[in-house]
Amino acid sequence: MLMQSEHTSPQADDFDPEAGRASPWRLVWRKFRKHKLAVAGAIVMLFAYFVVAFAEILAPGSPSAVDERHTYAPPQLVQVDLSWDNGVQLYVNGFRTERDPETFEQIHTIDPRQRVPITFFARGDSYHMWGLIPWDRHLIGSADPAQKVYFLGTDRAGRDVFSRIIHGARVSLSIGLIGVAVSFVLGLFFGGISGYYSGVPDTIIQRIIEFLMAIPTLPLWLALSAAVPSDWGPLMRYFAITTILSVIGWTGLARVVRGRFLSLREEDFVVAARLDGCGRGRIIFRHMVPSMSSHVIASLTMAVPGMILAETALSFLGLGLQSPAVSWGVLLQEAQNIRAVETAPWLLIPGVAVLVTVLAMNFVGDGLRDSADPYKQ
Amino acid sequence: MTTPLASREDTALLETRGLTKHFPIRRGLLGRTVGQVRAVDGVDLRIRSGRTVALVGESGCGKSTLGRCLLRVYEPTSGEIRYHRPDGGVVDLAALGERALKPYRSEIRLIFQDPFASLNPRMTLLQIVGEPLRVNLGLSAAETEERVADLLRRVGLRPEYLHRYPNAFSGGQRQRVGIARALALAPRLVVADEAVSALDVSIRAQILNLLKDIQEESDLTYLFISHDLGVVEYMADEVSVMYVGRVVETGDTDDLYGRPLHPYTEALLSAVPDPDPSRRRRERIVLKGEVADPSRIPAGCPFHPRCFYAEDRCRTEIPALREIRPGRTAACHFAGELDLKGVEES
Ligand SMILES: Nc1ncnc2c1ncn2[C@@H]1O[C@H](COP(=O)(O)OP(=O)(O)OP(=O)(O)O)[C@@H](O)[C@H]1O
Ligand code: SF4
Ligand SMILES: [Mg+2]
Repeated sequence: MLMQSEHTSPQADDFDPEAGRASPWRLVWRKFRKHKLAVAGAIVMLFAYFVVAFAEILAPGSPSAVDERHTYAPPQLVQVDLSWDNGVQLYVNGFRTERDPETFEQIHTIDPRQRVPITFFARGDSYHMWGLIPWDRHLIGSADPAQKVYFLGTDRAGRDVFSRIIHGARVSLSIGLIGVAVSFVLGLFFGGISGYYSGVPDTIIQRIIEFLMAIPTLPLWLALSAAVPSDWGPLMRYFAITTILSVIGWTGLARVVRGRFLSLREEDFVVAARLDGCGRGRIIFRHMVPSMSSHVIASLTMAVPGMILAETALSFLGLGLQSPAVSWGVLLQEAQNIRAVETAPWLLIPGVAVLVTVLAMNFVGDGLRDSADPYKQ
Repeated sequence: MTTPLASREDTALLETRGLTKHFPIRRGLLGRTVGQVRAVDGVDLRIRSGRTVALVGESGCGKSTLGRCLLRVYEPTSGEIRYHRPDGGVVDLAALGERALKPYRSEIRLIFQDPFASLNPRMTLLQIVGEPLRVNLGLSAAETEERVADLLRRVGLRPEYLHRYPNAFSGGQRQRVGIARALALAPRLVVADEAVSALDVSIRAQILNLLKDIQEESDLTYLFISHDLGVVEYMADEVSVMYVGRVVETGDTDDLYGRPLHPYTEALLSAVPDPDPSRRRRERIVLKGEVADPSRIPAGCPFHPRCFYAEDRCRTEIPALREIRPGRTAACHFAGELDLKGVEES
């Protein structure tokens, strides 16, 4: 029997001097890094939020400036000229504008003989950076402020699609974040109560969640948005829509939080913390919350694209944000009729922006979910 | 084997009286209680100071539940946990509120079975072992570090590991960390719930010897929960055998192993591998059926459906735990009359 075995030296065996030094977040990062798609998604996401932060500078013009002489102008692609004497030059080709003799509509065709030089930090429409600092420089634009250029074309009113996509990102992407932040607070609160106390509060909260989840989302959104008074300003409408989205959004997170709390409560290390004399607050915030923070972050990331899509869908249907507010959904509304799509397919480009960001965020969410628990065997 | 001081021989450290833990079985939308799992059902246990008392029995017979009730991880349904304080006073731990219980939480500690689940993977050894020190004694960071380094040394770990996370350590090393945490507050009673059964056989002996060394150094009392009778024979001074929530036999280890009084004990002992292969193998008693379901305990003697000695009386009359010989109790109508085989002295 093992009883006879030698009285071993008290020193336990040695091991790799580096092992066990990495903090939990570093382990999460190591695992996340292995997901190439997730890393690529994270880069796209960071870039998108960078654009959101610096929309005024990055956009070549104002999103609301109308240009009656250039409605439905096609995209002017940036070209490089290496032959000019004074070094590398960027330019776009100008338009030749005619009128349709029957409908009197403007028809613009790109004229390769005209060249409009492009510069960085061009002078253009003036703005207030973050509503504070007045400025009129744009990262890229026409060297001559009188001569406008449209990299991605213009819409029905001659507004620059490129500038509008960049400014629309601000609304669309922030609605996702704010909506998720509100869901986060609600979900953490109710999920926490449900999971930590269980019993009657849990039963009540679970039934409410089931009820909310049982309502088909789209009709509920439609009903709620239709109830938003139409005379509310863009800002009020923005918050109303965000609230509507989070009312549904918190349920999923609450479930995640509750599930984690319930399973963590039984974990030996949580029991150990209780036996060590830790109070309730310390057990929750020092032991339980850190153990679920990566799960929570993963499900939050997964929730953002849903919110973005929801806003886009609502605005597209005319029930979300409305002009003069600029969001991707509002922009896509412009592309609602076949004729517009036929004559101005560039109006669909905001859809590409939605697609790319939503995909990127889903990749990030997937990667985070897989690396959320670095201690899983 | 530990030889406790003669004067301590009879001082009880902790006694339970009719300790009971029933888990309600809930069903349906409203969580109606449809039954009770009688995991621990009226246990009288006496743990003497300085001794190692083992709790043995098959899986599911309520050993862990009993241990966790003593620590008030579970709220006992009824019964008393009489704890003898160092100053001679006696308190009923089962009746205390969480706040009043706090000082005793540092005198009675638990070593967990699973060395992986019981250490928070997001904390360093310093934080894990230092937690009881900081929370209970309010030590400064420097003092905590010094004390934790000492504790790690005591359990055979290098103090350089202080700032490491547990994921780098083997099962045996982690169990040492768990032991250091249990020892941090200089406890009087340590409940070791299957403390070595999750470990590699090669490491078990090290940990068992560590536990013995610590007991000698600091006059500890162990409640050693295990289903491995070989380990129990090595560790324990006394043994209590449990069957579906009840103690069915108690006694000093040598006597209980040599001359069991309860048919259940005999069956358990028959499964212990013989250390000396040259000797004729004892006949292994294979029990009929499964351990009784603690939510539907059979009438009469709970063991009767599986007992080879059962008679009519056993089906109706519950045998009480009674003293058969001095220091030996058993809950069987025929205890002392049956000729039961034990393990020969090795
Ligand atoms: N939290 C709980 N809720 C409901 N039933 C429980 C709970 N904990 C234990 N039980 C039940 O109580 C009985 C005794 O379980 P316990 O874990 O105490 O047994 P054990 O002797 O420690 O077994 P093992 O050797 O497997 O650890 C089992 O039937 C188990 O299913
Ligand atoms: S009381 Fe009867 S059934 Fe129970 S152990 Fe004794 S002989 Fe077996
Ligand atoms: Mg157990």
